[in-house]
Amino acid sequence: MSMPFYASAEQIMRDRSEYARKGIARGRSVVVMTYTDGVLFVAENASSALHKVSEIYDRIAFAAVGKYNEFENLRVAGIRLADLRGYSYDRRDVTARALANAYAQTLGTIFTEQQKPYEVELCVAEVGAETADDQLYRLSYDGTIVDEPEFLVMGGQAESLTGEMGREFRAGLALGAALAVAVAALASVGGTNGAARSLPASQLEVAVLDRNRGPRKFKRITGLALAALLPADHGEPPSEPAPADTPPHDEDDGSPPR
Amino acid sequence: MLSSERAGGRGVEHGILRYATSPGSSSFTEFLSAAAPDLLPGSGPVPAFAPHGTTIVAAAFAGGVVMAGDRRATAGNLIAQRDIEKVFASDDYSLVGIAGTAGLAIEIVRLYQVELEHYEKIEGTQLTLEGKANRLSTMIRGNLGQALQGLAVVPLFAGFDLDAPDIARAGKIYSFDVTGGRYPEQHYHSVGSGSLFARGALKKLWRPELDTAGVVRVVVESLYDAADDDSATGGPDVTRGIYPVVMLATAAGTSRIPDDELEPVVRDILADRAARPGA
Repeated sequence: MSMPFYASAEQIMRDRSEYARKGIARGRSVVVMTYTDGVLFVAENASSALHKVSEIYDRIAFAAVGKYNEFENLRVAGIRLADLRGYSYDRRDVTARALANAYAQTLGTIFTEQQKPYEVELCVAEVGAETADDQLYRLSYDGTIVDEPEFLVMGGQAESLTGEMGREFRAGLALGAALAVAVAALASVGGTNGAARSLPASQLEVAVLDRNRGPRKFKRITGLALAALLPADHGEPPSEPAPADTPPHDEDDGSPPR
Repeated sequence: MLSSERAGGRGVEHGILRYATSPGSSSFTEFLSAAAPDLLPGSGPVPAFAPHGTTIVAAAFAGGVVMAGDRRATAGNLIAQRDIEKVFASDDYSLVGIAGTAGLAIEIVRLYQVELEHYEKIEGTQLTLEGKANRLSTMIRGNLGQALQGLAVVPLFAGFDLDAPDIARAGKIYSFDVTGGRYPEQHYHSVGSGSLFARGALKKLWRPELDTAGVVRVVVESLYDAADDDSATGGPDVTRGIYPVVMLATAAGTSRIPDDELEPVVRDILADRAARPGA
């Protein structure tokens, strides 16, 4: 029997962090931001079937980047947790804070206990009765939970996108203006020689939590409704159309260089 | 221990992942029976002397389907409640009405509503109308043990079929029995203790060309006839302003006819009947 190599706890955690971070940065980005009627989700996603953004409960939605099977697992678990809570108590007792805590604990446990951390980054968002009540939680692969007041960017070149969003974001934007800001930020990286790209509607997955809707606030914006909302200069076809069946994890789909 | 077992294994305490059970199950009922079986309807002992709900009617029309229920619940010879609601929207395009043991029935409807929404959220698409009806029949079958003790729940299910080739025939009605048998019904149907009389009234009043206002009047009048002859069915109560629950499922979704729209319909029927005392 061979003795295992000694590796310090710091080294193990560093290695895992690096592994997870690399995996997350390989995918494409998701922008989640507040706007006047609630919360807007914009994901760069060539697939119209494998979603990165999903409804969890009446006022709660979920967005994720990273490895599809891992965040899909978490998404389903979140829906089950929320439905179980709502069924055993009341629909109003299901909150994003509780769900985000549950995710944080799970991700934290997986990060410390398992060989391979989850390569995912999640956002749990809840729309309130007023803009001040909207909540965005960012959850990292290691269980870190951050409450973001205005917007957050996950995956891909998140840092440079966050800078871009920070410059352009204004509180209380209308839906069309907010979408323009998010799409411009997503398109600001990955072009040739650092130039901006053009992102057509077919490459975007857009959804909102709209506080003015009925009990279920989540709504996807697709097809003509999305095309009508996008700024006019986003109509042209992409220079390199991605294959329709590209999974969201897009490990080797010609996504922008890291 | 294998890491996959720890991450996804059913019943393993591991944060929220203990809810991420084996893939393939989009059913909330199956999940609930594994995660919290004590929350399933009728899982504990139920006294046999519990309030019962009574007549539900449904009728198809050109734009979809309408369902209505009276407001009375009885416990033996007493009226347990005057304004109980027995017709519900199960999701955006379907309605469910219940006759039988009220407490159990309302619990089953609540579970059924979560079941449909749960499937829709996990799968990203709605069940077909046929699929929804099959799901309900499975849940009724699950209650068979209680049904044999006298706590039967008999639902009536109706909905707007988004896959129907012709909008005029998109309104569909399904009836069930306590063993979970599921039967598609033509044109109209009724369940509950007053259903015999309601069906007789529907037989004479229902016409294929009825519009929304017409079909609403027809179902309210059939409930009036049921209440006329069945002591467990409550008639419209103009003194207290208690009217039947009438709901529609159409291409625009489900909606409930508000009481202020029902009041003139009810008064019209009462005046009509007063003019024909023998009817």
